[in-house]
Amino acid sequence: MRRAVLILIPYLWLVALFLIPFVIVLKIALSDVALARPPYMPQLDFTGGWAAIRNFLTGLDFENFVFLTSDDLYWKAYLSSLQIAALSTLLTLFVGYPIAYAMARSAPEWRPTLLMLVILPFWTSFLIRVYAWMGILSNEGLLNQFLLWTGIINEPLTILNTNTAVYIGIVYTYLPFMILPIYSALERMDDSLLEAAEDLGCSRLSAFWLVTIPLSKNGIIAGCFLVFIPVIGEFVIPSLLGGSGTLMIGKVLWEEFFSNRDWPVASAVAVILLLILVIPIILFQRNEQKQREAEG
Amino acid sequence: MKRFSWFNATALTLGFAFLYMPMIILVIYSFNASKLVTVWAGFSTQWYGELFRNEEFLNAAWVTIKVAVMSSSIATVLGTMAALVLVRAGRFSGRTLFSGMIYAPLVMPEVITGLSLLLLFIGIGLDRGVLTIVLAHTTFSMCYVSVVVSSRLVSFDQSLEEAALDLGCSAFEAFRLVTLPIIAPAVISGWLLAFTLSLDDLVIASFTTGPSATTLPIKIFSAVRLGVSPEINALSTIMIAIVTIGVITASLVTKQAAVRQARDARMAERPA
Repeated sequence: MRRAVLILIPYLWLVALFLIPFVIVLKIALSDVALARPPYMPQLDFTGGWAAIRNFLTGLDFENFVFLTSDDLYWKAYLSSLQIAALSTLLTLFVGYPIAYAMARSAPEWRPTLLMLVILPFWTSFLIRVYAWMGILSNEGLLNQFLLWTGIINEPLTILNTNTAVYIGIVYTYLPFMILPIYSALERMDDSLLEAAEDLGCSRLSAFWLVTIPLSKNGIIAGCFLVFIPVIGEFVIPSLLGGSGTLMIGKVLWEEFFSNRDWPVASAVAVILLLILVIPIILFQRNEQKQREAEG
Repeated sequence: MKRFSWFNATALTLGFAFLYMPMIILVIYSFNASKLVTVWAGFSTQWYGELFRNEEFLNAAWVTIKVAVMSSSIATVLGTMAALVLVRAGRFSGRTLFSGMIYAPLVMPEVITGLSLLLLFIGIGLDRGVLTIVLAHTTFSMCYVSVVVSSRLVSFDQSLEEAALDLGCSAFEAFRLVTLPIIAPAVISGWLLAFTLSLDDLVIASFTTGPSATTLPIKIFSAVRLGVSPEINALSTIMIAIVTIGVITASLVTKQAAVRQARDARMAERPA
């Protein structure tokens, strides 16, 4: 009895506030534009029993999805989200790996402090961390002032409101997600393996390629997924640092909803975004599970 | 440890400079006398004064704190229950769905969570405001809490609770007197995580709020969309300061607790 109550309370909460809303999105994505325009009326009447559900199912149509395929704005937005996410994941890896590596090789008494320094920005407001770059990257910003002062450039570079700024923002805000899993993989590595490789005639660089990289593979994979998956649906970074040319699906969904007030299309955009995310999420979980099994 | 030490030193210096420079610059420029945020015109605290006279920001801050306290507290209770279910309840029908619903919100893009909750609230005719934001924040942060707490519960030695039951405790007493104190660090960090997630959230709050409730992130977002402003720099500085003090205090406290625990363990091992 007590067990049933313990299960039911969180269960019902999640059904009511996670599962049902999601079903509603699916339903609206599949419903007629005219019917679902605000003020939106709930169209599935659960009290009607099977007849109502059957009625509801026959009423579905895929018009909104057809609309998405007919307008290339959406395809471009999905593709460019994937592209931005992929490239920024790679950039984050290149920036994050050396930091994680250096942390794992630092004196053990320093490690907790370094770890805290990596985690600290993560607790600071995401919005503020993105905003901080606006003052640096703008035309009169500190970066341009610095570059003009050193004489490297003669006129300010336009960085803010371009994709470059989006990449910088993503690498900056998601860096801890990349560093932490790689660090924890590297920290467990046995140094004597590197010595053995060198004794057997490896150069330091080839020992790094042949020993260190493969041993940190799981950390690299986990870090890449932890950056790639959330970046696809990112909204704050493209809307503050990106320009009108920056197409990302999170921003498109937001505008479809708040500016165009086209709810069915916004819902259809959301459903496809989720379908796209399912693949990397499953791959990520499989990787995590494999790692858990390998450990014990 | 000696290998590549020049490389390591450079990587750490550049890496941490990259992580911290933007925030340090933000803090420095919040004390700038000039309205032009990129030109330094001497030290001044005027923007802090203007910030504290700005009713809208103060109201938004109050709404944000209210929402964060309520949602993180409910989320901690629900998340701890969910963790107990995940780790302890064994098999029951719908278990797969349950664990799916715990993990899915962690990877769900915020725009989708926000959109779906808004459509629900409109569908059932709930007025949007503080209540709806609290419901939305509770739902996603309870999942984070349950992940944090269940990782602690997995390593918990269940025989301790069985001993308490054998010694005459009721199930609830055994939970309160034995299990809860042991998992308390995880419950507290779960609460802190839920609190910061709520404090920080822009997207879900924007979808689920109504005209009556504007949170600080919504206010900041609409202000910075128009460009950099010195008042926002001052506000950011205050928020960075609070977080820094909080995280440093928390890490000192956990360090102390770890030392104490290690000492207790040594004492317990010593033969009588």
